[in-house]
Parts: sequence; structure tokens; C-alpha cells
Amino acid sequence: MKAYETVIGLEVHAQLATESKVFCGCSTKFAQAPNASTCPVCLGLPGALPVLNKKAFSLAVKTALALDCKIETLIKFDRKNYYYPDLPKNYQISQYDRPLGRDGFSEVFIKGEKKRIGIKRVHLEEDAGKLVHSPGKDTSLVDFNRTGCPLLEIVSEPDMREPLEAYEYLVAIKAILRYLGVSDCNMEEGSLRCDANISVRQKGEKRLGVKAEVKNMNSFKAVKEALVYESKRHREALENGDRILQETRLWNADKGITISMRSKEEAEDYRYFPEPDLVPFTVEKEKIEEIKKCLPELPKAKKDRIARDYKLNEYDAGLLVREVEIADFFEAASKSCGKPKQVANWLLGDISAFLNAAGIPIGKAALKPEHLAQLVSLIESGRISGKIAKEILPNVINKGISPAEIVKNENLSQIQDGKKLSVVIEKVIAENEKSVKDYKGGKEEAIRFLVGQAMKATGGKANPQKVNELLKEKLKG
Amino acid sequence: MVNSCAVLHSCLERIERLNSKINAFVHFEKENPLGQKGTRPIAIKDNISVKDELTTCASKILEGYRPPYDATVIKKLKEKGYILMGKTNMDEFAFGSSCETSCYGPVRNPWDLKRIPGGSSGGSAAAVAADLVPMALGSDTGGSIRQPAALSGVVGMKPTYGRVSRYGLIAFASSLDQIGPITSNVADCAELLGVISGYDGLDSTSADIPVPDYTKALVKNIKGMKIGVPKEYFPEDGLDKDVKEALLEAKNIFKGLEASLVEISLPHTKYAVSCYYIIAPAEASSNLARYDGVQYGLREEAVRMVDMYAKTRTAGFGEEAKRRILLGTYALSSGYYEAYYLKAMRVRTMIKNDFSEAFKSCDVILTPTSPTPAFKIGERADDPLKMYLSDIFTIPANLAGIPGISIPCGFSGNNLPIGLQLLGKPFEEETLIRLAYAFEQNTEFHKRKPNL
Repeated sequence: MKAYETVIGLEVHAQLATESKVFCGCSTKFAQAPNASTCPVCLGLPGALPVLNKKAFSLAVKTALALDCKIETLIKFDRKNYYYPDLPKNYQISQYDRPLGRDGFSEVFIKGEKKRIGIKRVHLEEDAGKLVHSPGKDTSLVDFNRTGCPLLEIVSEPDMREPLEAYEYLVAIKAILRYLGVSDCNMEEGSLRCDANISVRQKGEKRLGVKAEVKNMNSFKAVKEALVYESKRHREALENGDRILQETRLWNADKGITISMRSKEEAEDYRYFPEPDLVPFTVEKEKIEEIKKCLPELPKAKKDRIARDYKLNEYDAGLLVREVEIADFFEAASKSCGKPKQVANWLLGDISAFLNAAGIPIGKAALKPEHLAQLVSLIESGRISGKIAKEILPNVINKGISPAEIVKNENLSQIQDGKKLSVVIEKVIAENEKSVKDYKGGKEEAIRFLVGQAMKATGGKANPQKVNELLKEKLKG
Repeated sequence: MVNSCAVLHSCLERIERLNSKINAFVHFEKENPLGQKGTRPIAIKDNISVKDELTTCASKILEGYRPPYDATVIKKLKEKGYILMGKTNMDEFAFGSSCETSCYGPVRNPWDLKRIPGGSSGGSAAAVAADLVPMALGSDTGGSIRQPAALSGVVGMKPTYGRVSRYGLIAFASSLDQIGPITSNVADCAELLGVISGYDGLDSTSADIPVPDYTKALVKNIKGMKIGVPKEYFPEDGLDKDVKEALLEAKNIFKGLEASLVEISLPHTKYAVSCYYIIAPAEASSNLARYDGVQYGLREEAVRMVDMYAKTRTAGFGEEAKRRILLGTYALSSGYYEAYYLKAMRVRTMIKNDFSEAFKSCDVILTPTSPTPAFKIGERADDPLKMYLSDIFTIPANLAGIPGISIPCGFSGNNLPIGLQLLGKPFEEETLIRLAYAFEQNTEFHKRKPNL
């Protein structure tokens, strides 16, 4: 096989977290009765006119700034004309030649290496409705509740070279959106959507290969899987000398394959032109600066600060800041116990695994930063072992009982007392003659077995380090 | 509750007797006006949304459509005690200058039933001319209020773009459309304009500029006012002889009122019609895309969705609507957009600049409203280009967004009304009213009535 290179660009659509729709006053709440949240404007009734939701606009600008975009000073909207029953006016109000933000970037970490992914454009537009296909009938129904919800389209440059990069880019974008509080980023409810453009070319080739647009991925994992599939499909086709069609393909998660939806050989003509119902307006530089100043600390800055202030490596810091709640939790727990490295290990290890498995976001768990701080302190002071800590963790997380209380109630304190331990150790020495002999004969690792036996005898409560010390001392003689 | 207002009952009587002759009203139920409070009967063009009342733009595609909301102007009229009499006939979607493209059949000019009343607000103009109602609302995209007002012998004003809310006006070309009054005299025009004007939070293109009391402009003194006469609007050929004479006489009347006439030039006027017939159909093609049979209006069933669209739109739109949708779609298509739409937009700016320049040396501009008096039904129906030239003098004001008024200024040899047009600076409708009122009060043209 020749050396190939995959080229990926992503289009992310994020629903902005406004109370009302982008051009009318209807509620944006998810899952209301069909067509309950509609009015003449979002239904596209004759004579109704759009009025821009200022909140949606400022959230859009906020996001564009957070993505390091240049902000367009003259804001205008355009009509994108196409026919589909979920689009009541048969045109979508969008932004064409002057997206409100352009030329930004986002940073991702790939195998420890920092990489910049360019953001081509960020623009504001209205969402379409939803077709409900009635099974067994030859009709479809339209639900216009989602019609007119504010959408932010974030288009990346074709800067990604493998599916993992696309995945990491999505994680980074989501983190930024969540830090800003501009979107729920709920992929299942459709408040975050992603389409991918992928092509493959021979390494060293400047021109892009023929691309496929992949849709219908409803998780970041699905995006990665679909891209892995497509990348392989393109490579095989190139290798076999097959022609690759420019087309739109749908990801089928059950079968793990993409299926051609329509050919794009003939470019669609959306007949964009300036939306005459909305008047172009200028945004003052001062206003942009003001919004910029009010931006919260963003993932990248937070990562750098956390790595510096808590002496963590960039990788761990990067993982901690993916969700602002985890970063906040980390900082609170670290300040409380003064052991950031240990806090980070617990948070990124056992606690994340447990929460992920249970599907509980950290903000909703009963576990509080003080609990984790206390747990770390108990281990550090030698009062409990790491093993005991792991055992009591589920109760701390689920019930929010303080670790100290569990340790006390269940009598789980580590046995530190030399006299008590000596009794146990002598018994272990007596019962394990062979290992004792091995150790004395120079097999140093035999001591580990003996420590293990002592731990077993105390139900895990013995302080392993102390046992180790005492054993060595006793076996010296 | 039955409204006992005398004016209302006189209107009802005339509508009952005369509407079948002139076909001005297309949706009219006697019980409707009778059930309303108020004392001022008014007719509404069929492209302005009235809650729960048929609003069809005289198009088959909006068959049976009743809006669930009132246009902003309708809300204002209801609050001010106007009685909505019914909906008036028009060219389909306001595409036309003769009211011949209506799906309800043509409107007949009350001065000569064999002739057109002008368009597209011909139903409103004819209703006022025939005294079926004292006033009506029309809409003007390229002359659709002023041209029928002239051809029907009534007063019609297109306000400055942004003066009157478009919310609820079914769009033809959004950047050109404006609702305005059609009345039997200038005083009514001033009154009605005051009622419908003003900023509307529901229309982003409406202007947040205070509305003056237009009736204060109803003064007869226009001494010293400067009236610009653009040479491009008085071409050697292409102006009907009677129209030319009536305008000459009108100039003399203004002079007699001690206004001064200054010759001006609007050099880009000759491009206005071409420019308009790119921009207006382009916007229309997009505005009319929503009539697809999915939510409301006509639907022609088909198995496949695309066939449903095609069958519905084929059956629902008339010839002229189809022509404009095609023109507009073409003009916006990739590869043609720059050559047509963008170029037309640049020309539009030049036309606008022409007016700004001209208004440095005059307060208003005087022109004929239409190059000819009313023509015969069918006379231009097969010649779209000739039809498009009917609006040659009115289109520039829409492109520039400035206000214009048409008032009666004479009659042709065969007793057809002739109108003059006054164009003003943006948001200076008062100046137009003042000059129009002075002219009207010093002439008798508005007193002559058609013999029905």
C-alpha cells in the first residue's frame, strides 16, 4: 500500500442556550407537544417577519471570541434557499459571505503533542423542524418546535489528519461551549450536532482528495468510528484504483458502516442573497472588547494555570479541564487537602470511572470536594490504605457520607500499632516457612508474599509499609 | 350588535349594487362590517393579513387561507375605530399594473368598465373611486398604490420605506414593499397615514422615527417651495399627449401658488425598470417559496414529495407569478448572481444617490404618475415588457425608499383620470401632503366622479 493521508474537517452545530428562538419569542424548550412552541414567525406564515434575538447574537459573539475568531464588524444575514418540508419558508436565515466570526482556532493534544485546528468560520442561523415518519403509513408529519431555534455553526479548517484528532477537537469545542454556558451540548437531544468532511490523498499531495460528507453521528465516539470506517474505505478505493464519488453518506451505528445518501456531483445552488427582512448593523469595537473582557477562564488558560499552580503535568491538567465542573472540583479538593497530585489521580481514575459507569455527572453526584480531600488525607496520614479507600468510595460517591465517618463506623482504620502488627507478623512468619527461607536465601521479592499474607490476616487494615518494615526487621535476626 | 353608522350603511348599499360591475372586493360578507364597532369604513388589499379573514393575494395557491393574526396596520385600524369592510382585488401577489392577473378575474375601472383600474392595488383604488368606501389600504412595491390611484382618479401615497410596519403584509419584494393609503382626498390620506405609521418591534426594517401629525400639513400655502422637475420624466416620446398637457397645466397651477419650479436631472432613471425587474423578482422568488402545499393553502396530492411541490405550484400560481419566480430564481443562481443581482444592487445605490443629489436643490420632485391613462383590459396582457413600462415613473421611488404621492391632475379627452406624482425626501411625507393639499384645494379634479 502507498502512503496515504486522511484529511478531515468538521461542521459543528450547537444550539444556543437562549430562552426564546432566534427570530421570534417562542420557547426553545425541548420535548414539548408537537407544534406547541410555534407562532406565525417560526411557522413562516405569509407576512410574518423575523426580529433578531439579541441574546442569541451575544452568545454567538462570545463563542466566536472564545475560539479566537476575528469578529465581523458589519453583521448581516442571508437567505439560503432550498426546499424541504421541515423548512417552512423554504429558505433558512443564515450568514453567508460575512460570518460573524472567522479565522479562529482550537488546540488539541494528540499523543502528548499540541496541535492547532483552524476554525474557518462561526455563524448564526436558524434551525429547521423535524419530520416525523408514521410507521406503516405513507405520510409524514412535521413538528416545528425546533424551527427557529438559534444554531451556531462552527466550521473547522480541514486540519485534522486522523479520526482521533477529530474526536479530540470535538471534546475541546464542547468544553469551550460548556465553559461559556452558551449551549447544553446534548448530542442526544440534538443541541450539538456534527457533520464530517473526509477525504484521503497520497502523502505529499497538495490537492485534496474527493470528499465524502458524513452525517447522522449522534455521539463523539460515533464520529470517530464513522471516520475510521470512511478513512479505510477511501484508502481501499484508492488502492484498488476505484473512483471515489463526492457524496453525502449516513453513518449506521448498528452496522458500523456508512451508506450513501445522495450524490453531490452536481453542487447544490442555494441562491444565497442578503436577507431583506433584517437590517445589517455594525458592532462597535468597544462592545466586542467588553464581551471579551467578560469571558470566563477558558479550558486552555485553566489548564495552563492548573498545571503551573498545582504542579501537574500538562496531560493530567488537560484531562481535568475538559469539564469545568471537574476542574472546579479538583481545585476545591486540592485546596482543602493540599495534595493536588493525589486528588487528580483519584478524580481522573476511580472516581471518573465510577461516575461514567453510573452515568452521573460530577455536579449531580453526592460526592463533594471535601470528601475527596478527606479521603486523600486519610490515606496520606496512613489511617487507611489505598485499598480500603477504594472500597469505601462507592458509598462516599452515592450517599455522600464522609470517608472519616465510614472508616469510624466500620472500624476500617489502618493498624499502625507496632505491638498489634508484631503479633500478626510473627504468626505469618511461623506459617510460611518456605517464603521465610527464600527471603533469607536472598530472594528479596519473597517479602511481598509475606506482606500480602499479613494484609490478608488483618482484612486489609494493616499499614503495608509498616508491615514491610517490621518483617524486614524480624527476618534480619 | 349591529353597527348603525350612516356612512357604513351607504357603503354597504353601494357595494351591493356596484361591486359585481367592477369586481373591487373579493372577500366580502355583509355581516362582517355590521358586527364591528367604529365609524370609518375602510377596505383592505387582499395581501394584508386580517385575523381569521380570507387573505389570499388573489392567488389560487392561498385558497382558503385565513391568517391566525392581524397585520400591525390592521391592529392599529381596529384600535382607532375603523370598520374593515372586506378584502380588495389585486394582481396576483401584487405582480402587475392592471389587476388582470387576479385569480378572481380583472377589476374594472369605474370611469370606463372596459378599462383596467391600474395595479396592483386596483381593487382598493377602484373601490375608493366608485365610492364603495371612502378609503382603503394598498401596498406599493413599484408603483402599486400610485399608478392605480392615478388611473382611477384618487389619492394614493407610498410612504418612506420603514415608515409603516410591513408585519402582516404578505411579501412580494421585502426591500421595496410598503403599505399606504388610497383615499378620495388628501385630508383622508393625511389622517390614515398618521394612523398606520410608526415604529413596530415586529418589523426590523421599520424606522424608529416619531410620527408627526400629518393633518397639520393640510395648509394651502406653499409659497416659496421648490419643486424639482426631472427632465428624464418628461420624455419627448413615450408620454401620452393628454398626460403631457395635464402635467404642463399642473406646473402652471403650482407656479400660480408661488412655488418655484427648478429643472433637475435624475440621470440613472433609465436603468430603474431593468434594475427593478432583477431585484423585485429575486426577492419574490424566495418569498414565494413557502407556498408549497405543506402547511396552508392549496395542495395537489402526489405520492412523492417533490411531485406534490411541483403539482401544487403549477396549479396554484398564475402565468405572471411563474414568470417572476423564474426570473428571480435565474437572477440569484450561481454564476449569474454577480452579473444580475449584485449589479442591480449597485445600480439601485446610484438611483438613490440621484435623488439625494436632486433634493439638494428642491423640496419635492414633480412627475407624471403614469405615462398613459388607463388602458383597455387585455391590451397589454400579452406583452409583459410593455406592461412593465407602466411603472416607469413610480419604480425609482421604491428603489430609493423615498415617499411618493399621486393625486388627480386632469382628465384625458375620453374622460379618463390623469395623476401627478410628487416625490419627497425620506420621512418628509408632510411636505408631500402640504403640496398635494394646496394643489387639490385649488383645483376641481377630485370633485369629479365616475358615472356608474
